[in-house]
Amino acid sequence: MRRVVEGSYAIADAVRCCSPDVVSVYPITPQTHIVEHLSEFVADGKLDCEYINVESEFSSLSSLIGASVAGARTYTSTTSQGLALMFEVLYNVSGMRLPIVMTTVNRSLSAPLSIWNDQQDSLGVRDSGWIQIYAENVQEAIDLTPMLYKISEDPQILTPSMVCMDGFILTHVYEPVDFLDEEMVREFLPPYRPEHILDPENPKTFGAFADPSWFTEFKYLQYQAMERSREKIAEVTREFEEVFGRGYGGLIDTYAMDDAEIALVTMGSIVGTVKEAIDDLRSEGVKVGLVKIRSYRPFPGDELKRALKDASVIASIEKDISMGYEGALLTDLKGAFYNSSIRTPIIGFAVGLGGRDIGIKHVRAMVERASRVLDAGIESEFEIFDVKPECL
Amino acid sequence: MSKCEVKMVVEPGSTEITKTGAWRTFVPVFDHDKCIKCSLCEIYCPESCIHQIEGNFVPDLDFCKGCSVCAHECPRGAITMVLEEK
Amino acid sequence: MQESLFAPGHRACAGCGMPTAIKLVLDAAGPNTIVASPTGCLEVTSTPFPESSWRVPWVHSLFENPAAVASGVEVALKRFGKTDTNVLVIGGDGSTFDIGIGAISGMFDRGHRITYVCYDNEAYMNTGVQRSGSTPFCAKTTTTPTGKLSLGNPRPKKDMAAIAVAHGVPYVATASIAYPVDLRRKVKRSLEADGPAYIQINAPCITGWSFEAGDTIEQARLVVETCLLPLCEYVDGVLTDVKKIRRKKPVEEYLKTQGRFKHLFRAEGGAEVVAQLQAMADANAEKYGLID
Repeated sequence: MRRVVEGSYAIADAVRCCSPDVVSVYPITPQTHIVEHLSEFVADGKLDCEYINVESEFSSLSSLIGASVAGARTYTSTTSQGLALMFEVLYNVSGMRLPIVMTTVNRSLSAPLSIWNDQQDSLGVRDSGWIQIYAENVQEAIDLTPMLYKISEDPQILTPSMVCMDGFILTHVYEPVDFLDEEMVREFLPPYRPEHILDPENPKTFGAFADPSWFTEFKYLQYQAMERSREKIAEVTREFEEVFGRGYGGLIDTYAMDDAEIALVTMGSIVGTVKEAIDDLRSEGVKVGLVKIRSYRPFPGDELKRALKDASVIASIEKDISMGYEGALLTDLKGAFYNSSIRTPIIGFAVGLGGRDIGIKHVRAMVERASRVLDAGIESEFEIFDVKPECL
Repeated sequence: MSKCEVKMVVEPGSTEITKTGAWRTFVPVFDHDKCIKCSLCEIYCPESCIHQIEGNFVPDLDFCKGCSVCAHECPRGAITMVLEEK
Repeated sequence: MQESLFAPGHRACAGCGMPTAIKLVLDAAGPNTIVASPTGCLEVTSTPFPESSWRVPWVHSLFENPAAVASGVEVALKRFGKTDTNVLVIGGDGSTFDIGIGAISGMFDRGHRITYVCYDNEAYMNTGVQRSGSTPFCAKTTTTPTGKLSLGNPRPKKDMAAIAVAHGVPYVATASIAYPVDLRRKVKRSLEADGPAYIQINAPCITGWSFEAGDTIEQARLVVETCLLPLCEYVDGVLTDVKKIRRKKPVEEYLKTQGRFKHLFRAEGGAEVVAQLQAMADANAEKYGLID
């Protein structure tokens, strides 16, 4: 069923189709519409679940730990400051191997306070042991919801995951989307049946502490599960395409990369703008292409090397800064190539911080900057893009 | 190679493999003739290691840490703490 | 012989009051019980991987979130139609009075059927006896040391039971390991409440309070007999029961036996503090009608 709805409504409906047992939420702009719509579904009897309004994001995710250990499929959503408040809980969830799925609406982090979009929040928790997949558009965010439940709940994975979607740009946009069919989702996504739950008939202990003689092994097993998720993400993405007819590549997707000399690498909603810019530039004869990173954790190093091996220059475009170094994506991207024979120059741009608009002209300017590397070499490896000239 | 023992769950009551009796310096000695079977020693014992066996209260020395709470709380003075010869 | 639901082999200090509290709580609640605990002495001494002292299902997540974790457990049980299972939080005073109070407030506010049990040893014992919101007035801790300018903790103990009552929690009680019959009765009553309950159990810490070996229960008894700690029960916000004291003892009898109050009998100004503490005890006796 195709309808024009607000992005947040579409996400709430996708969550409804995944039949969560427990939804626990705390409101924060621009995530609010998702959780409001979920509460409406519950009030109207369209979603049969336990819905709890908690007193903080810290408690929304903490309560899902209890629900998940008791055997429930769980859902929450947050953004920005809320995600930062969850920081400690994020590591705890992944360490306890609980397959919680969360919609992370991407928003900048204070100070200065800004409710608008960038990806500093989720990139700042990239080491927390959560699978992170970035949606290009509302449709992808919808489709990722059942996919990530299926990936996270796989007994070989048992790793939590985030659907990352840009705040306002995707949550508040009205665009035509295909709704998921509840019955088809039920076929695609089997019920969550964990091996152990909190059960007085079989009273196990969850969350024991590990001394130095055990801690490394817990982390090793967690690391291995995240590694296994690479193949699982690709497999579930293929399976989703077979059932629902919408394909997304795998850990990455590519656009106009055949014969591309200048390769852009980015993720999230900016992908749409970059594709439009590429169409314009291609019509002018500029050999530019795009690699869209879908999965940032696990990081698709091998896939990136394969997709980018023939490019002459690579430019990352990202909505974050790792203060004291450069963009987090740029660092990871360079790292993927270091031990390979590929010596393509790589530069990076931080763009769209705190909701600054990025249009086609900006993408063109970055492509122009990248093409200059071909002639003059790297002048600046990392640049914060579009700073007011008087502040430079 | 033996099987990896790291699991996300732990079995109930499994601290029983650790014999905390090794911590003990003083051992409680029970005078069963003085005992009035009030069971306060069993109730207060932090180790849950005093049990009534065939009518008499007996500490399980595998776990007794020698804290002497039982001796202090016994209303009849039926329990004495004695330096343990090891 | 009934097997305790809290197994021996745990690593609590010899003479620790906490395991007795846990044992009594579980004894009253029975095996059809799920427990969530915060980080703290209880958690580290009872669950060193790959061992556990718990014979009921138990979960630990973080220091400040057991009330939220238990909330999730309770709603999941409701979802699965398993509403006959008791849900407890058992945590220390640092988690309860300080860092976890926001999550507790939320748990109370949402009306979950959970009994929150605080074993109260009046400081952060697991990290080495630092002051908590539960530490009594002028007790010495490692972050409220005594010195030329200090007589220990400058603030009185936070009244957490009153905070629970203010939330409209249907059952609130203070209890003590020295009164096991009373304690077990209170746990049972709390589990019958149609909503959240809060029980605070005084559990002396031999390491942090510094008293004679074997004196644990005696300490717990003295704080009640001096009226420094009233044992109360509130049903639907109304004080319905107090533990009556036959012969009220002077606070010195309690204070002088503990290392954390020793300075009050040596340092200049100590006598005035003892008088203040006696005034607090007298006020309790009056307010709660503790004297028979």
